[in-house]
Amino acid sequence: MSEKPKLAMYWAASCGGCEISVLNIHEHILTVDSIFDIAFFPCIADFKVHHVENYPDGYIDVCLWNGAIRNSESEHMAHLLRQKSKVLVAYGSCAYEGCIPALSNLTSKAATFNTVYGENHSLDNPNQVVPLTSVDVAEGTLTLPEFYHTVQSLDQVVDVDYYLPGCPPEPPQIWAVLQVVVAGLLEGAPLPPKGSIVGVTNTAVCEECDRVKSEKAIERFYRPYEITPDPEVCLLDQGLVCMGLATRGGCGALCPQVNMGCRGCYGPMPGVEDQGAKMLSAIASVIGAGEPGMEDAELEEKIGAVVDTIVDPAGTFYRFSMAHSLLRRAKVNGNGKG
Amino acid sequence: MSEEKIGVYICHCGTNIAKVVDVEDVAEWAGNQPNVEVSREYKFMCSSLGQDLIEEDIKEKGLTRIVVSSCSPHMHEKTFRTACERGGLNPFMFEMANIREHDSWTTDDETAATQKAKALTNAAIERVVHHEALEQLPVEINPNTLVVGGGIAGITAALELADGGRHVYLVEREPSIGGHMAQLDKTFPTLDCSACILTPKMVDAGQHPNITLLTWSEVEKVDGFIGNFTVSIRKKARYVNEEHCTGCGICIEKCPFNVVDDIFEAGMGDRKVIYRPFPQAVPKYPVIDKENCVYFQKGKCKACEKFCPTEPNSIEFDQQDEILTVDVGNIILATGFQLFDSTKIPQYGYGRLPNVFTGIEFERMVNASGPTDGKIVLRDKKTAPKSVAIIHCVGSRDENYHKYCSKICCMYSLKFAHLVHERIPDAEVYNCYIDMRTPGKGYEEFYNRLLEEGTHFIRGKVAEVTNAARKPEEKGKLIVQVEDTLIGRQRRVPVDMVILSPAMEAQPDSKEISQLFKMGCDFDGFFTERHPKLDPVATMTDGILIAGACQGPKDVPDSVAQGAAAAARVAGLINLGTVMMEPVRASINQEDCSGCRICNNMCPYNAIVFHADRKVSEVITALCQGCGTCVAACPSGIISGAHFTNDQLFSQIEGILWDVRPEKELVSA
Repeated sequence: MSEKPKLAMYWAASCGGCEISVLNIHEHILTVDSIFDIAFFPCIADFKVHHVENYPDGYIDVCLWNGAIRNSESEHMAHLLRQKSKVLVAYGSCAYEGCIPALSNLTSKAATFNTVYGENHSLDNPNQVVPLTSVDVAEGTLTLPEFYHTVQSLDQVVDVDYYLPGCPPEPPQIWAVLQVVVAGLLEGAPLPPKGSIVGVTNTAVCEECDRVKSEKAIERFYRPYEITPDPEVCLLDQGLVCMGLATRGGCGALCPQVNMGCRGCYGPMPGVEDQGAKMLSAIASVIGAGEPGMEDAELEEKIGAVVDTIVDPAGTFYRFSMAHSLLRRAKVNGNGKG
Repeated sequence: MSEEKIGVYICHCGTNIAKVVDVEDVAEWAGNQPNVEVSREYKFMCSSLGQDLIEEDIKEKGLTRIVVSSCSPHMHEKTFRTACERGGLNPFMFEMANIREHDSWTTDDETAATQKAKALTNAAIERVVHHEALEQLPVEINPNTLVVGGGIAGITAALELADGGRHVYLVEREPSIGGHMAQLDKTFPTLDCSACILTPKMVDAGQHPNITLLTWSEVEKVDGFIGNFTVSIRKKARYVNEEHCTGCGICIEKCPFNVVDDIFEAGMGDRKVIYRPFPQAVPKYPVIDKENCVYFQKGKCKACEKFCPTEPNSIEFDQQDEILTVDVGNIILATGFQLFDSTKIPQYGYGRLPNVFTGIEFERMVNASGPTDGKIVLRDKKTAPKSVAIIHCVGSRDENYHKYCSKICCMYSLKFAHLVHERIPDAEVYNCYIDMRTPGKGYEEFYNRLLEEGTHFIRGKVAEVTNAARKPEEKGKLIVQVEDTLIGRQRRVPVDMVILSPAMEAQPDSKEISQLFKMGCDFDGFFTERHPKLDPVATMTDGILIAGACQGPKDVPDSVAQGAAAAARVAGLINLGTVMMEPVRASINQEDCSGCRICNNMCPYNAIVFHADRKVSEVITALCQGCGTCVAACPSGIISGAHFTNDQLFSQIEGILWDVRPEKELVSA
């Protein structure tokens, strides 16, 4: 093999969008190809796990890991690739914070299985077959990875060098980060300090959003289909939940530009432990309900009525950050009930 | 691990802590925690010797952080901060763990208490590592003061300050100052004429060049903080021009309509629709009762305007409420009390049996300028009673109403007995009491005097007052059913008149008042003092003081003492000119603010401004009071609260959970 630096990209619990995002850097992908040798990249090249197992430790220069840790296989691969990689990057929201897969932390493994394999209108599973970690058949024993109760982010399982947020990360940011990595590998330029979140800005998405923001007093919230928002005015001011104010910038405020509230995929601002809690706290602070001097009980009722217009608060405020938040998961019984 | 050197000091507080918490064990354990250089226990950390320990250790051992586990920071945080400062350490490099109020006083379980002391101490140890040096901020004190409430406490406070050369705004919601004291005939135990000792003070307050008197006015809004309050006051329309009115009273005389005076005369007498509550009212200008005025309701009459002799005419039917804004440095609340509504105890018959009177009705009756010209008569306004029963503790010391003792009722009930003896010498007077409580200068002597005057004292709680006669001699009488516990018998005492001595209770709107002024009130609605013994007129809100019965039941001398005490406190601050404020402040990192404007209308002190040109928000440090509302609200986490940073709070939480760190088993099924 040549002496080019080795690049790997692996997917755990993810949708595959992160792989596509790498290809979405357009002609720069040719530069990536010319600089790196691909050492492992199941989406685009036929490597097997035993190839990786046979690499010496630290053989891979940069491993872009996307996907959350959902089962024993993803956990095993995380340990393996950590061992084989000099630089391990938590690439995309699932690896960084758990993302959509981690919303199942709001329920139990059994309840998740029931939805996927049991009671579901789109299912036909009369024998209630569910995956087992091991089953004996005539030819021998078949095994499947163990499905975990709780989804974890990559850094809850192994040591992570860098984080590149986004669902998926945006091409200009990916290319900028790759350039820094390449400069470090080829020219010995200093790399960012370990643990850095790269491909982001230090201000919230609002900074990149041109909509006019005002003092807020929100009297009801709307779902996107319910209103046609004014294109010039802050979406939150119009009652559309926009996570931009609690979300780290770098994406260029793409969603708010097309009348869609920021979903929050770039994660919390620096120094914020819990993006969902921060957003909740902010929303709670600007609810415009009640009159001064109103009795507590009546005020509570009025505020409650406004809050009730937010559908699925946990899924809204923790859409991307559940695994990595202070909450991490809901305390539930086997049926997924709190 | 950081390179900080922490000194930990565990206080015995005599036996207050040490009797439950194994302080030696806690100190030894703390000595083994990361960063702890020295750990000691001591009998009284607040003593000079205890403080010297801290000071010397800082100098000799080069300590960089100090933790004291002892009482509430309310008691001694300042003491220990000062000790740190003397040792050469910034006073904010200190953290206090409360192992007394939060621990040893809550349990007898020594194992649990010791474990909790470790948790609290560890929280402080882990927090203090993240402390930053802070400097206190000087704030200038506006020398003007607002006094809310024109009863005897408020008048006293206002006069004390005004006589000392300071300007006072005295706000009263009724048309005249004077409060409850103006309604009374005599004051116990000296039997001074209440009006004779009060009205000179009212006149003083009305005429004082340093007092702006705002009657028929209410505070609507309070902004700011100690030294710099801005207060909006609604001056209700009087419909009388105060500049032109001479107070001659012709309009009152000529007004053709009478209404029952429920406030000053307690329903015992009438007043005109244009009225002043009582002859000595201050100010002298009358006020039109719009609800009952025939001109306002039906568009006809204007007798007051027709007869007003001033030029130009003083009656102004088109007068509107005015909103005045005043800037003051301190606020004294002396909003007083109300009397318990005796109809809530139906078995005593008030409102149902005509000759059951409340204390305040009797006060008005015996008052020479009252509705009966001072004569004690039954509801028919003619017949003098031959026998009177006075019932103590109506609504006080009663699980169903107020558990507390109203403090003044025994004395005023004795005064009532005396007044009956004085006005109707051959009348029989019965005082039914639970316990006779007469602590105070000359009070017990007054009780003895009543014993000699021939009052019948019955020790027992009255069961009921009824007009259902069982015997011929009870016919046409009110019968007081009471257990006389001293002779161990039920008694039925037939009398002509019953006087109820109702409890003092908090003003009905005291909760709203406490919210308006951002200070606390207790479950009974009385305002909460900073310390029940050592700081009775201050509140937990700097610059807001309380005096008189709004803080709890009180008689005239106590109210006067508190009014003067509050004034003295304010005068001292004004003399100082500036006050040092805690440097606990919010700040916004201007570079990182995205201008989302969530915080903009959060601040109760209006300390946040939005710069439209740069699209960032900023906290004005001088206005910020460090409440932390914006810090919590900022979704980007770029507003930081000094001394309450994320690092400090999270490490404190983790520290307190040292023995129950999060479990790992959540991960697998």
